[in-house]
Amino acid sequence: MAYLIDRRIAGRHKSAVNRERFMRRFRGQIKEAVDRAIKRRSIKQIDSGEKVSIPARDISEPVFRQGHGGVWESVHPGNEEYRRGDRIPRPRSGAGGSGGGASNDGEGEDDFVFELSREEFLDYFFEDLALPNLVKTQLANTQDYKTTRAGYSVEGTPTNIHVVRSLRGAIGRRIALGSPLVAELRQLLEEKERLESEPVPDMLRIRELEEQIHALRSRIYRIPYLDPFDLRYRNRVRMPQPSARAVMFCLMDVSGSMDEAKKDIAKRFFTLLYLFLTRNYDTVEAVFIRHHTQAEEVDEETFFKSRETGGTVVSTALKLMQEIIARRYPVAEWNLYAAQASDGDNWHDDSPQCRHLLANEIVPLMQYYAYVEIAEAEPQNLWQEYERVAEQHKHRFAMQRIRGVEEIYPVFRELFKKTNAFAY
Amino acid sequence: MPSPTEPGSAAEAKAKPARGGKKLPTGSEWTFEALERYERAIDRTAKGFGLDTYPVQLEIITSEQMMDAYASAGMPTGYHHWSYGKHFIATEKRYKRGEMGLAYEIVINSNPCIAYLMEENTLTMQALVIAHAAYGHNSFFKGNHLFRQWTDATTIIDYLVFAKEYLADCERRHGVDAVEDVLDSCHALMNVGVDRYKRPQKLSLAKERARQSEREAYLQSQVNELWRTLPQRPAEPEPAEAERFPPEPEENLLYFIEKYAPLLEPWQREVVRIVRKIGQYFYPQRQTKVMNEGWACFWHYTLLNDLHDQRKLSDGFMIEFLQSHTNVVLQPPFTKPWYYGINPYAIGYGMMNELRRIAETPDDEDRAWFPDIAGRDWREVLDFAMRNFKDESFIAQYLSPRLMRELRMFAVTDDENESELLVSAIHDEDGYRHLRQALAEQYNLSNHDPDIQVWSVRTRGDRSLTLRHFMHRDRPLGDSADEMLRHVARLWGFDVFLESVNGAGEVTKQYSCCFEKRHGR
Repeated sequence: MAYLIDRRIAGRHKSAVNRERFMRRFRGQIKEAVDRAIKRRSIKQIDSGEKVSIPARDISEPVFRQGHGGVWESVHPGNEEYRRGDRIPRPRSGAGGSGGGASNDGEGEDDFVFELSREEFLDYFFEDLALPNLVKTQLANTQDYKTTRAGYSVEGTPTNIHVVRSLRGAIGRRIALGSPLVAELRQLLEEKERLESEPVPDMLRIRELEEQIHALRSRIYRIPYLDPFDLRYRNRVRMPQPSARAVMFCLMDVSGSMDEAKKDIAKRFFTLLYLFLTRNYDTVEAVFIRHHTQAEEVDEETFFKSRETGGTVVSTALKLMQEIIARRYPVAEWNLYAAQASDGDNWHDDSPQCRHLLANEIVPLMQYYAYVEIAEAEPQNLWQEYERVAEQHKHRFAMQRIRGVEEIYPVFRELFKKTNAFAY
Repeated sequence: MPSPTEPGSAAEAKAKPARGGKKLPTGSEWTFEALERYERAIDRTAKGFGLDTYPVQLEIITSEQMMDAYASAGMPTGYHHWSYGKHFIATEKRYKRGEMGLAYEIVINSNPCIAYLMEENTLTMQALVIAHAAYGHNSFFKGNHLFRQWTDATTIIDYLVFAKEYLADCERRHGVDAVEDVLDSCHALMNVGVDRYKRPQKLSLAKERARQSEREAYLQSQVNELWRTLPQRPAEPEPAEAERFPPEPEENLLYFIEKYAPLLEPWQREVVRIVRKIGQYFYPQRQTKVMNEGWACFWHYTLLNDLHDQRKLSDGFMIEFLQSHTNVVLQPPFTKPWYYGINPYAIGYGMMNELRRIAETPDDEDRAWFPDIAGRDWREVLDFAMRNFKDESFIAQYLSPRLMRELRMFAVTDDENESELLVSAIHDEDGYRHLRQALAEQYNLSNHDPDIQVWSVRTRGDRSLTLRHFMHRDRPLGDSADEMLRHVARLWGFDVFLESVNGAGEVTKQYSCCFEKRHGR
């Protein structure tokens, strides 16, 4: 007698450790692929997996093999016209290739391509940013759902039976099915009573009536008290956690001094904010504003790719943002976030105006305003003016001077702290 | 339980249609109850034919678990290694894209014999797998002399558990990288790490555990003994043949490394041993591909047809079963684009069928070629063949002229010194013996694995290790040789040389790998 065992429940993801070992071994290549992807992808596409390809030579597992050459004899089926001693030109595939013999060891030189999952991809993305673990899990988490009641359904599990509803349905059904019968019964009873009260009761008719009454009563009796048809179940649906909409403004200086490396850092900075927002809001829109001496709203592609020359007037961007808010994103309906990246250059007389705009008009509307200055040199007047804004709006305004991606996180520290407080 | 009636001949079974009574469940969806009934029916029929099997353990698994099993060579548990992750990812990718279907079955040479049934299979496929794997392969594992001699079915699962725990422990003590390095090198040498001629001790969990630490200490002391004599005058030319070590060439590289590598730590020796033992366990499977599959196909065909003759199977079942069966045993001719060499299922199945035919209804040719088996009881003939051969000898002994004609076989010789290929034999009177010998050679594993042996060690010099590759029909080594030497050198810890020697005993090519003393990777 054989044993029959259902293993389907146990032992899922048994290969998880082996997969992790694999990724550990090829960490370098995977990291490169992720970095390339981050550069290539738009901010909104960060949140998904990625294909990684690893060269075949790196991944092969060698064994001792025989090479081409020497004498090989092989047997094949399906002879049609050959006779012993026939000579056949060598097939194109080269030396040892006598048909099937060669295909056994030909592993193929294609690269080994595999798919990083979204979580794994984000892991690599976060790696450089020096995020605390709590923040990592917060960002990597997918949306929360809450089960809420949504009326009643005719199907469900016994635990969800709604007794009152079911019984109410049962009463309705009993009335609907029973009342014509009851009316008929009442008629018959009346007739029987009338006949019985007559001086000479028509016994034949009375007996007939009694039989009918009996039949009717048993029909009524057979109407089930509770039918599976009556059962009603509490219906629950998964609703996304109610959360509002947010818009993210990305402001970047595109004057001549912002080179590719700085833009790459800026992109990570914007991406991090975007990821944060998508975790907390259902809809996140992004507005890209670039500026040199003038500001304009552009799409993401142009935002990161184009490069202008000339001076810098930051306040133009702030003014444009203000206009866009007024026109498209009423504060009552939208949560506003802004991230600004710059190398700190600004036309000297403009900086006080920026402070004024930010401190009095823009930041009060904002949930959070983050500013990074990607520069090596001494801070200039824009930084000093911004410091005054930061003093005024401690919890909404964050600023940081950075040289590499790992320094981005402190800009958001306050932001993540806040939500942690909400979350726990 | 019906008495084991005279099984086999369809006519007899048809004469007693009442036997067993009811039809087995039909439809494509399987249920546990249906599986049990099929298993019982197949079991009864198999016993009737006298199949001797280990107890059967059927396990229902998902396709993901099947891919897991693929990645770890079918074993239900095993130590962790990146290469298994790689195989899993590759399989998963191809399966998801629909480039390949998963095998219907995997069966483990263990006692009880574990056969996996994938949940996606239809009821017919499950019945086919039960007959094929749980009775066909199972009886082969239990009966074939190679498996009896070289593997111990009762303890393999325990040994794998031991290996997994031991390696996990090593990783904790010495780091994942250190363990991975040793495993990489051992895996590379797995094919040249098997004993072919002497009988190894059986694996036993209790023994392994109890004697492992003892062995560690003992081995290390032996190694120290061997290397104790430090070179006193390194400049002096080494005395030649007199102090040859090893005295005889050793063909098992991993064994040699485990016993004599100077610098390995005790735990590293144990890792080498584990890989060697597991390689040894799988070696008979590589030697009996044709026989094992042929035997299993023959029995699933015979068992299910017998059940059909007992009127237990519907015609619909048989149509679905036969469709799968013919797909498996199809041998496309070499002219077709989907020709990938000889199909071991086709030739194995063909030969098993021939054995039965020759035993039951021999003609003059059969009597001339197979006087020993013509007209004998076919079950005895097949049983004898299953027990006492491996692919190479099985083909050399039993490939019949009729099968060679049916498959229209021919042999081609490819000599690198000739500009054209030569048809050396075809399926005619002059060619049968040559063809049979050539096909048997093709299944001789030394045709695939180069013959590499430990030739000498300079025990008094620089401790370098010299390997010799004995060329088979002047075939050189493939281009992985240099990389392989690096693996040998990593385990050996000193320089390693490799010489290819042709049939005339001349060294034709030399490889070398100077071991760099690097720590870590």
